[in-house]
Amino acid sequence: MAVKIIDPGFNVTVQDFGRPKFQHLGVPVSGAISPTLLRLANALVSNAEYEAGLEIRLMGPTFEVLCDSLRIAVVGTSTPVEIIDGDITFQPANQSIKLKKGQIVKIGNVSDTGTTYLAIEGGFDLPKIYDSMSTYVRAGIGGYKGRALLAGDVVSLRTHSAADHGELKLNDTWFLDENGPLRVILGPQDDYFLSSSVETFFASKYSVTTEADRMGIRLDGPKLQHSKGYNIVSDGIVTGAIQVPGTGQPIMLLADHQTTGGYPKLGTVISADISRLGLLCPGAEITFQQVTVEEAEKILVEQELKIKTAIGNFKPAEPWLDHQALYNENLISGFM
Amino acid sequence: MDTSSRNSYRFLFAGDSALVIQFGEVVDARINQHVRKIAAIVKSEDIEGIVDLVPTMRSLMIHYNPLYISQAELKNLITPLLGREFTLDDDIIRWRIPVCYDNEYAPDIEDVSRSLRVSAPEIIKQHTSVELEVFMMGFLPGFPYLGLLPEIFDLPRRVEPRVHVPPRSISVAARQTTIYTIDSPGGWHLIGQTPVDFYDPNRENPVLVKAGDKVSFFAIDSKEYPAVRLALKADEYPLTMDC
Repeated sequence: MAVKIIDPGFNVTVQDFGRPKFQHLGVPVSGAISPTLLRLANALVSNAEYEAGLEIRLMGPTFEVLCDSLRIAVVGTSTPVEIIDGDITFQPANQSIKLKKGQIVKIGNVSDTGTTYLAIEGGFDLPKIYDSMSTYVRAGIGGYKGRALLAGDVVSLRTHSAADHGELKLNDTWFLDENGPLRVILGPQDDYFLSSSVETFFASKYSVTTEADRMGIRLDGPKLQHSKGYNIVSDGIVTGAIQVPGTGQPIMLLADHQTTGGYPKLGTVISADISRLGLLCPGAEITFQQVTVEEAEKILVEQELKIKTAIGNFKPAEPWLDHQALYNENLISGFM
Repeated sequence: MDTSSRNSYRFLFAGDSALVIQFGEVVDARINQHVRKIAAIVKSEDIEGIVDLVPTMRSLMIHYNPLYISQAELKNLITPLLGREFTLDDDIIRWRIPVCYDNEYAPDIEDVSRSLRVSAPEIIKQHTSVELEVFMMGFLPGFPYLGLLPEIFDLPRRVEPRVHVPPRSISVAARQTTIYTIDSPGGWHLIGQTPVDFYDPNRENPVLVKAGDKVSFFAIDSKEYPAVRLALKADEYPLTMDC
């Protein structure tokens, strides 16, 4: 009832939906930075949507199946999953895949998108701390021993064999194509900026720098000017907050952000667009659009409907034999 | 600041899943107490959709699930609570925390002594003289902001912040004192270290204290420190006071 990590990939962590109820103790929420993708991955393997999966950025892990059989789903990347079992076969991402004992699964390079999730049917058998398995590396809490995976780790699972049914696939990966402006509600400290800077913020392009991790994304673009200094008496921080330190360059805060902070926050990315933040890669150009709370609430309800519809529309996946079709779709150029 | 202005408030937008009620923009123990009072009142109402309440020095952040409750509905439920009377109470714990102020555990105590023109023994005496309140939690998991210290501790932060502050360091600035819980950067003056883990990821409840708890410090010397740490690990060193 386990998988053994052969190659850990790059900073791969166990994440669920974090610890939102314990921010009053200074504990960051953590959890998936693109929760929509984790929900879809879980749904493909019939898990509760909030089950913990592996969060993968840039380079995924290679692992061996130690239990009788196992069902996984990889959502985010378009790169097929490599399965080594004597010979090498490929299975597409964005569908469930059944695996047998002894098979080795290689996720490999997934840098075609910012974040990819791997869900396992039944989920991990790891301790929950403050109701969550999410890894917060900085404080050594959650996940597998409070850290990213390493070669040799044997990660326990809750089930020893995959349920006996066909595979499912996700028909629509709309979430990978959302590239309109990120929608932002002004505040809580928009009055700490020159009004001309607020206009600049909404009228300009910003690019994602290489300083992007689970804590936040530092942006590069027109400098924003504070009107009454850049220190405030600490107040609460919510995921998606856009804080602007003394440099005048905004930082969008993600799942591992501190619970409180002392920089003015110009605005907050709306809940429905949070998953998009995790998908951004360094160099990406983004713009922002101001919306009201009421508009954000409406957009969120529409997004929930979209996710539920996508899950309702899962289709049976063909048994995977069609190498030629895969080749034609240019999914595995460089192989065969 | 008088009572009427202390109770005045403003709602601030923090996206569509958090709402800030701001009671001031400065460090003021009475504003903070008011913030925690409001947090306790809101908590006691058990409003469906509220996920967490984070009190800070000057504001309360209400985290909520916008699929359960809209911001307009939330404001309607919260507003009548803001004038309500409530006594801060109930599950407050009073902690007695050992601190070693010897130089090897207190890299800044001599600097602080020089800049305040107060002897190190007097600093220790003053730091252990009052029962402090946990104003807020933040910055790091389990990291409390405690105050108010006696007036002599009204000093600014270090000019050069440290890149690494060791865990369990006791720091002071601006009449507040904090306990670093994990290795982190930090700009406050380090005047001691406690053998107590205010955060321990291997404990069932990793975080020790919460906003509203009371803390007083007492001095131990560097010879006692390792033994106290061992006793704490063995759960044989009581930290709470019998009320």
